[in-house]
Amino acid sequence: MDRRNSIKSIILGSVAGGLAVHGCKPEAEAKAEDAQILEGYSYKYGRTPKEKERIVELEAEQFFNGHELGTIAVLSDLILPADDKFGSATEAGVPDFIEFMAKDIPEMQTTLRGGLMWLDHESNTQFGTEFKSASEDRQKQLLDTIAYPDISVPENELPMEIQFFSLMRNLTLTGYYTSEIGIQDLGYKGNTPNVWDGVPEDVLKQHGVAYEEEWLAKCIDQNRRGIMAEWDENGTLLT
Amino acid sequence: MATKILADSGLKVAIVEAGPFFDPKDPELMTQLKWPWESPRRGANTVRPFGDFDSAYGGWDIEGEPYTNSDGSNFKWFRSRMLGGRTNHWGRISLRFGPKDFKHKNEDGLGDNWPIGYEDVKPYYDKVDKLIGVFGTNEGLPNDPDGFFLPPPKPRLHELFYIRGARKSNIPVYPSRMSILTKMINEDRGICFYCAQCSRACMVYADFSAETCLIFPAQKNGGQIDLFLNAMVREVTTNEEGKATGVSYINKEDRKEYKLKGKVVVLAASACSSARILLNSKSAQHPNGLGKSSDIVGKYLHDSTGASRAAFIPDLMNRKISYNEDGVGGMHVYSPWWGDNKKLDFPRGYHIEVWGGMGMPNYGFGFNANEFNKFFGTKVGAYGNVLREDVKKYYGSVIGFGGRGESIAMKDNYCEIDPTKVDEFGIPVLRFNYKWSDHERKQVRHMQDTFEELIHNMGGEALGAKPTKEQDYGISPPGWIIHEVGTTRMGNDPKTSVVNKFQQLHDTDNVFIVDAGPFVSQADKNPTWTILALSWRTSDYIIEQLKQQNI
Ligand SMILES: Cc1cc2nc3c(=O)[nH]c(=O)nc-3n(C[C@H](O)[C@H](O)[C@H](O)COP(=O)(O)OP(=O)(O)OC[C@H]3O[C@@H](n4cnc5c(N)ncnc54)[C@H](O)[C@@H]3O)c2cc1C
Ligand code: SF4
Repeated sequence: MDRRNSIKSIILGSVAGGLAVHGCKPEAEAKAEDAQILEGYSYKYGRTPKEKERIVELEAEQFFNGHELGTIAVLSDLILPADDKFGSATEAGVPDFIEFMAKDIPEMQTTLRGGLMWLDHESNTQFGTEFKSASEDRQKQLLDTIAYPDISVPENELPMEIQFFSLMRNLTLTGYYTSEIGIQDLGYKGNTPNVWDGVPEDVLKQHGVAYEEEWLAKCIDQNRRGIMAEWDENGTLLT
Repeated sequence: MATKILADSGLKVAIVEAGPFFDPKDPELMTQLKWPWESPRRGANTVRPFGDFDSAYGGWDIEGEPYTNSDGSNFKWFRSRMLGGRTNHWGRISLRFGPKDFKHKNEDGLGDNWPIGYEDVKPYYDKVDKLIGVFGTNEGLPNDPDGFFLPPPKPRLHELFYIRGARKSNIPVYPSRMSILTKMINEDRGICFYCAQCSRACMVYADFSAETCLIFPAQKNGGQIDLFLNAMVREVTTNEEGKATGVSYINKEDRKEYKLKGKVVVLAASACSSARILLNSKSAQHPNGLGKSSDIVGKYLHDSTGASRAAFIPDLMNRKISYNEDGVGGMHVYSPWWGDNKKLDFPRGYHIEVWGGMGMPNYGFGFNANEFNKFFGTKVGAYGNVLREDVKKYYGSVIGFGGRGESIAMKDNYCEIDPTKVDEFGIPVLRFNYKWSDHERKQVRHMQDTFEELIHNMGGEALGAKPTKEQDYGISPPGWIIHEVGTTRMGNDPKTSVVNKFQQLHDTDNVFIVDAGPFVSQADKNPTWTILALSWRTSDYIIEQLKQQNI
């Protein structure tokens, strides 16, 4: 049953002293409005019309220019190159993701832009070429100076270029591990219908824990999950 | 709940809801079982406060609907604007209050007793358990009563660690109590398939949301229910005798004001919203608003106390990522309050909630990927494929604790109308005045000490610095735990309370309040199961009173 059909348009005349007609928008009209907003919109997860508009708005903007995006691509692949089984950060779509996040969280913009400029400036000064065209060895030579933060110093007191690199590493890893490739790489097995029946025996062993009989006796017998629950008057489950 | 009981009894019900329609099984609205890459922000919380896939339409701040705080007050107000309200994405932790919780003043002289006791509410808790479904176990505990439970799921790995760690400190651990169906309870609702995503609302209706479990079934039952959506109630209207005649509301679509007539008005807009409606219901008969002969509307606002800590557990490193560990949307085990406050320097208890495990990556996953290297004296940072190994090495090795405690309801903590502001519908908004006292601060200090002890017992390393006295031991700002209650409290004396023990306004006998406004105190239990039980009780009373033509 489509619940929307059960929402009634109600004429208030009789109850509300002839004020007006109130009703939900007819479905066709609501759908037409949705369709308008949907132009250029391809996402398929629950969004309110306003939220969809926000995504379309953000995607219509371009924050980084081509040169910056090129540098981001090179940098994110240095942070996470391909290995023998899985693709690199760019193959997982990380630069596009960073472009989107820079607009979604504008507070990151100056650190990101400033950091990219820092890389170019250092590379120009030291090697006479911009970062993305420098040899991998030279790129790494630069990264080695900013990739290992002094953990005894609070993050916001570290030099800007180190903060920048930490942010880039965070965005690269999060972008990668929330992509299809990244989730395969990680091996995460959930987000799919399942019948949870406890930690496998080998895992319990590995970590030196065990289930207690007494505790297990209280837990759901998954063979009986489909049987309708019935209790006696004291709350003891009979089924 | 009132809709279901009143409509089932044959009464005609109009639901006036400020938000849009919502049904978690509608594919257009669904976020459940989506992958992080299906959101361009990968689940970040820039739009929805609990993340892009959370199903709350609303949050701490809603455009066009401000609220204010007086100096020195920092109350946070979480609202959801949608059919079913916050029950679409709540934590599903469903705890009955115990006998002591209704009469806590008898124990420590603080606050006030409820005019009713556990024995008055027990039959309704029992009925709610059976109608809606809740898993848990009968443990025969004195103040955490037994019920009609479905069997709980088995603990996950981090929860086994928690159980072992807690026992070392003689902190009891039991299966949690959550309104999630581990077993069939009726033909209309599905059984949990363990996706850990109750905050996204369940497409098979295996967890409790008000519309999927109460409103839709009542409609299906043939109930006469009219839904007014996107309709923001401004006030309760009254006649010359001061009796309620219905409500006036603003239709958000055409931005005009309408009136709706009813024999009885039942407010269930959440504790602060209902208080706001009463305060705004001014008329010649009620110049200061409804329920105002006592001056108590808005007073005694209280939220649960909250504090948290997380830890890295080396023994949970290097996990086999070989199985699906999602479980239900929330904890499988918890610790109800175990202490004896007579021996402690704070008056009321708290329970501990636990989280952890190999959850689905979302925005934030992989941040500071090898930060825990510092515990082994190896370098933090780096780039390259070593990061892949680090991510897997530490995946699932963090465990977190939340303490949720009882605060003392105080008259000086309140919400009132801010005369200088209206929302975009022209309705005067709320201003909050709320400060924690030493009772709460000392309780939270105890939580922090307990967390450290637990972490130590588990061989873990606490993350972040322990909050200091100057930081009020890390106590959450009031409102933050989203258990705000008490604004229209119940009592026998119209001078010191707003509603009677049937949640009926002392002043206006055809107005009832069935949210958490009537709570006199809220125990160290989350409020929703008690809201549901009392709402049912009040609905039975309304039906009875209508039969007897008393209202
Ligand atoms: C993230 C989260 C986790 C939580 N976890 C738990 C938990 O584990 N256990 C627990 O017990 N509780 C929990 N809670 C609290 C729980 O959600 C609330 O106690 C419960 O939803 C309150 O029900 P209510 O009907 O009073 O209010 P709401 O659920 O807020 O519903 C009120 C409804 O009224 C509508 N409304 C408000 N004002 C107006 C108006 N003027 N006109 C028309 N309509 C209006 C709103 O749009 C909304 O739909 C949690 C809450 C959140 C947000
Ligand atoms: S954990 Fe279970 S009840 Fe919760 S949303 Fe998933 S399937 Fe539904």
